[in-house]
Amino acid sequence: MTVDRRWRISLRVLALGYLALLLLVPVGLIFFRTFEHGVMGVWESITTPAAIHAFWLTIEVTAIAVPLNTLFGIVMAIALARGNWRGKGLVNALIDLPFAVSPVVIGLSLILVYGVNGWLGGALADAGIQVIFSVPGIVLATIFVSLPFVVREVTPVLREIGDEQEQAAATLGAGGWTTFRRITLPAIRWGVAYGVILSVARCIGEFGAVSVVSGKISGQTETLTLLVEKRFANFDLAGAYAASALLALIALGTLLAMTMIKPRREEGDA
Amino acid sequence: MISVTGVTKRFGDYTALDDVSLEVPDGSLTALLGPSGSGKSTLLRIIGGLESPDAGRVVIHGEDQTSVAPQRRGIGFVFQHYAAFKHMTVRDNVAFGLTVRKRPKAEVAAKVDELLEIVGLAGYQKRYPSQLSGGQRQRMALARALAVEPKVLLLDEPFGALDAKVRADLREWLRKLHEEVHVTTLLVTHDQEEAMSIADQIAVMDHSRIEQVGTPRELYDRPETPFVMRFLGPVTQLGEALVRPHDIALSVDARPGSFEAQVARVVHLGFEVRAELVLGDGEEIAVQLTRGEADELEIAVGDIVHVRSTVLPRALAGGAAREPEPDALSA
Repeated sequence: MTVDRRWRISLRVLALGYLALLLLVPVGLIFFRTFEHGVMGVWESITTPAAIHAFWLTIEVTAIAVPLNTLFGIVMAIALARGNWRGKGLVNALIDLPFAVSPVVIGLSLILVYGVNGWLGGALADAGIQVIFSVPGIVLATIFVSLPFVVREVTPVLREIGDEQEQAAATLGAGGWTTFRRITLPAIRWGVAYGVILSVARCIGEFGAVSVVSGKISGQTETLTLLVEKRFANFDLAGAYAASALLALIALGTLLAMTMIKPRREEGDA
Repeated sequence: MISVTGVTKRFGDYTALDDVSLEVPDGSLTALLGPSGSGKSTLLRIIGGLESPDAGRVVIHGEDQTSVAPQRRGIGFVFQHYAAFKHMTVRDNVAFGLTVRKRPKAEVAAKVDELLEIVGLAGYQKRYPSQLSGGQRQRMALARALAVEPKVLLLDEPFGALDAKVRADLREWLRKLHEEVHVTTLLVTHDQEEAMSIADQIAVMDHSRIEQVGTPRELYDRPETPFVMRFLGPVTQLGEALVRPHDIALSVDARPGSFEAQVARVVHLGFEVRAELVLGDGEEIAVQLTRGEADELEIAVGDIVHVRSTVLPRALAGGAAREPEPDALSA
């Protein structure tokens, strides 16, 4: 028993130490450094016009990307879990592409398609729409990198609940939309919520793909992550820490929301 | 009346139903009985519109429903695993079909309370399915199916997921419910005892076809194929004939048509006594006796006895004759 206990305790120390070194200490240090010289400086550096713009741009991009991906994710999850169509396996594999490919590569590929000399970019530019080095490009890149979350969260839930409840609803006279709204959606709601939160976190934190397509124009196409990187590169360490702390706060808020719904999700609807 | 004509269904290379025809009389409780994989659930799902047949027709109350969506067939369907709407209360589950039809609230509430009373779940309105036992969930599912006043009620192994005691109770309960509600009911089961005790008509299925249709008594007394005979109760092979263990007589001396056998085991089951015998050719058979008969014979392990069938041999060797003359069978 004692050996077991010692073993258990050392495993715990190891796991917690690992977490602390890799996650808690760096994040904690950011907050420490941020507030090292008082709150006023921090407030000033996150209320500069560039910082405010970056904050709202990040929120705006997230507010467009997450609903679109949620809609797409639910429809695609139903198609994957319930449908039986040709090419399903291929589409299923393609959905993971944003996870498999480096965000920088995603950014570059968007430039190849939508850049001025790109496949579609020329036509769009003639129509007066600039995608690359502009907000639409940032939105596109963000949608791309956060695409799989909702699909991947909802599909297994749909498979697990099976289609008997949906069939029962049909025999009781419910049409497709009524069945979705009253039976399917409530059954997958925690899966959807979890997917949305993961998507939000990813959208807010995305750097690689956005950095390639945005052009990093201060006050125009600069998101929060880009602002952090710029300040850091310009030796404005205090400013970088402050912006990082803001990012970390948003991320912590999302995490908190996640842990709040998580117990309900695990409790399930037995 | 449900009338199924020439229904065939294939899943890839597998033929689940092969030219099946069946009539379910109005107001009857008919059982579709067969081993798993015999096609009985597929037939039920085709009648309910949850699967579509490759060939054949489904007519319910004189209307061709073959290509009608399940929503508009006027059926009630009960699933083996209840298919309870887990995020809804018992009340909302039962009310579902009525709210989909946008019935007035007061009417829905009254109907739900009435049905919950009938299925013995009065007072459970605000519970969730997870707070009910399996038997209660299935009764809720039945109330839900009955709420829309279906023309026919289709039950797919409704008691299959319940333990033996609850299953027997619910079986009894369903029989009584059927006498009250009197909706034409088709029930799928693999349990012959369940089918025999509950149904007024049984259709026995095997290998994607219907083997025989009849009352429980007809099927037990006059099976048309060896499969039906074996499926409806225990059988023993005596010479060329298939015999039920209670249709075998024992005697000390040889009689015409009797076989010599040695007693291998005697099991006393209260009023009934089961004797296990070994025939001359090494074949083992089981014989069912009353306690009186066994005492009279004073059979003991090792005794040599003579066994014979007390009924005329049944003309069902081979099973090739799917529709034999009824006269040839009635002994």
